[in-house]
Amino acid sequence: MELFIDITLLTFLCITALAITVIRKLFCAVMLAGIFSLLSACLFVSMDAVDVAFTEAAVGTGIATVLMLAALNLSHSREKCPPYQPLLALLVVCTTGAVLVYGTMDLPAFGDATAPIHHHVAPRYIEQSQQEIGPPNFVTSILASYRGYDTLAETVVIFTAGLSVVALLGIRDRRGGQSITTDRSAMKGYLVLRVVTKLLLPFIFLFALYVQFHGDYGPGGGFQAGVIFASGVIIHSLTLGRDRTLKAFPQRFLTILATAGVLLYGGTGLAAMVRGGNFLDYSVLGATALAGQHLGIFLVELGVGVTVFASMTLMYYAFSYRKEA
Amino acid sequence: MLEAIYGASCLAILAVMGLALLRAVLGPSAFDRLMAVNMFGTKTVLLISVFGFLTGRPDFLDIALIYALVNFLGTIAVLRFFEGRKTPACYDEPAEEQKE
Amino acid sequence: MEITAIITALCLVLGSLLGITGGIGVYRLPDFFTRLHACGITDSACAFLILSGLMFQTGTSLETVKLLFILIFLLITSPTSTHALAKAALNSGETPLMEQQQTQQKREER
Repeated sequence: MELFIDITLLTFLCITALAITVIRKLFCAVMLAGIFSLLSACLFVSMDAVDVAFTEAAVGTGIATVLMLAALNLSHSREKCPPYQPLLALLVVCTTGAVLVYGTMDLPAFGDATAPIHHHVAPRYIEQSQQEIGPPNFVTSILASYRGYDTLAETVVIFTAGLSVVALLGIRDRRGGQSITTDRSAMKGYLVLRVVTKLLLPFIFLFALYVQFHGDYGPGGGFQAGVIFASGVIIHSLTLGRDRTLKAFPQRFLTILATAGVLLYGGTGLAAMVRGGNFLDYSVLGATALAGQHLGIFLVELGVGVTVFASMTLMYYAFSYRKEA
Repeated sequence: MLEAIYGASCLAILAVMGLALLRAVLGPSAFDRLMAVNMFGTKTVLLISVFGFLTGRPDFLDIALIYALVNFLGTIAVLRFFEGRKTPACYDEPAEEQKE
Repeated sequence: MEITAIITALCLVLGSLLGITGGIGVYRLPDFFTRLHACGITDSACAFLILSGLMFQTGTSLETVKLLFILIFLLITSPTSTHALAKAALNSGETPLMEQQQTQQKREER
C-alpha cells in the first residue's frame, strides 16, 4: 500500500517536472513549482523524513512562491526561446543522467539494513544521543550539537544571502508623508481576506513559536520557525499594506536581528571556549553536561530562528518593494 | 478493517490530486491553475493526516497544521501579483499560443 | 466492531467520495466559475468529513486538538481563498458561462 502511494507520488512528481520544463509561460511554471513542493513534502512524509518534510512545507508553498512571483514581477512573463536547437545540451544531460543511473546500480538496495550509511555514525546518534545530548528528537541533537559547525555555516550562508539580496536590490524605505490610510499597496477590495488575515496572524506567529521551542521534542526547530514567522510577516504585508509592515518590522530592526542571530550562535560557541571546552561544545555551559547541552541547543536554535526570520523578511522586502516605491 | 478504509481514502485523495494536477497543467486560464494549486494544498493536508493514521504514527500532524495555516499565503501572493495588472489573461491565453 | 470505528469508516468513505466528485468536477466542467464551485464546495466538506472521521480514532489526546485546529484553519482559509479567487477572476474580466450564453442569445434574437 505504502509502496503504491510512493510510486504514484513519484509519477506525479515526474509529470510536474516535465510540465515545468515544457511550459514557457513563467507564471504557470511558478504554479507548477508550488505543486512540486507539495508533492515532495508528501514523499518526504512517506519516507519518514519528518523534519525534512517540515522544512519543505514551511519553505515550499509560502516563501518560495512569493519570492518567485516577486522576481517574476521584475522581469518578463515568458521564457525566451533560445535561438538555436539545444541538442548538445540535451546530449550532455542525457549522458550525465545515464552515468548517474549507472552509478546508482552500485548503491545498496532501498531499505537495506547492511548499507554502510547505517553503520558509520548513525547507530551512535540513534542509541546514545539521549544520554549524550538529551532531546528526544535526535534530529535536533544532530543538527544543533553533533553537527553544530555545519549548522553555523548554514546560518551564515542564509545571513549572507539576505545581505547580498538587500545590497544588490536595495530597499526604499519611504518615511513620513504617507499615512497608513492612503497606503495603495493594501488589498482594499478584499475585505474578507483582510479580516481573515487579521484572525489568522496571531495563530501563525504562535505556531512559529511552538515550532521554535518544541523542536527538541517533535519535528521542527529554528529554521522552520524562522520561515513560518517570516511567512506571517509576508501575509501581513500582502494584505494590510507595506507601510504598516514597515512600521511593525522596520528594515533597520531586521538587519540588527539578522546579525544578532549569527552573533548569538557564534557567541554560544565562544562562551563554551571561555568555559574551557571546545568551540560549540555545550557540555561545559551548565552544571551538568546534559543541562549545558540543553542550554546550548536552546540558544543556538534561537540564533538560527532569528537569523532566518530576519533574512527571509529582508529578501522579501528587497524583492517586492523595489518596483512599488 | 480501518486500515483498508485509510488506504482507500489515501487512494481517493491521490486520484483527486491527479485530477487537480491535470487541471494545473492544462490551464487554460491562470486562475484555473491557481485554483488547482489551492485544491492540491488542501488535499495534501488530508493525505498527510490520513497517511499518519495509515502507518500508525500520527506525529505528522504538525506538517498538516503548517500547510493549513500557510497554504493560503500563495493564493494571496498571486492575487496581489495580478491586482496591479489590468489583463492577467495575458499571462495565459490560448490565443497567445496560436500567434506563434 | 466498535461504534467509533463505524463512524470513522463512514466519514472517511463519504469524504473520499466527495473529494473524487470535486476532482472530476474540476477536471470536466466547462468554465472557470463552474470548476471553482466544484472545487470550493467539495474541498471544505471533504476536509470536514475526513478530519472529523480521524478525530474519532484519537480519543482525547494532543492529536485530537491538532486535528481540530487543522479543521478550523481549513474551514476558515479554504472558503476565503475561493471567495478571493472568484472575486479576482470577475474583476479581471473573466465572464461566467451563463452570462456568455445570455449575451449570445440576445445577439441571436436581434
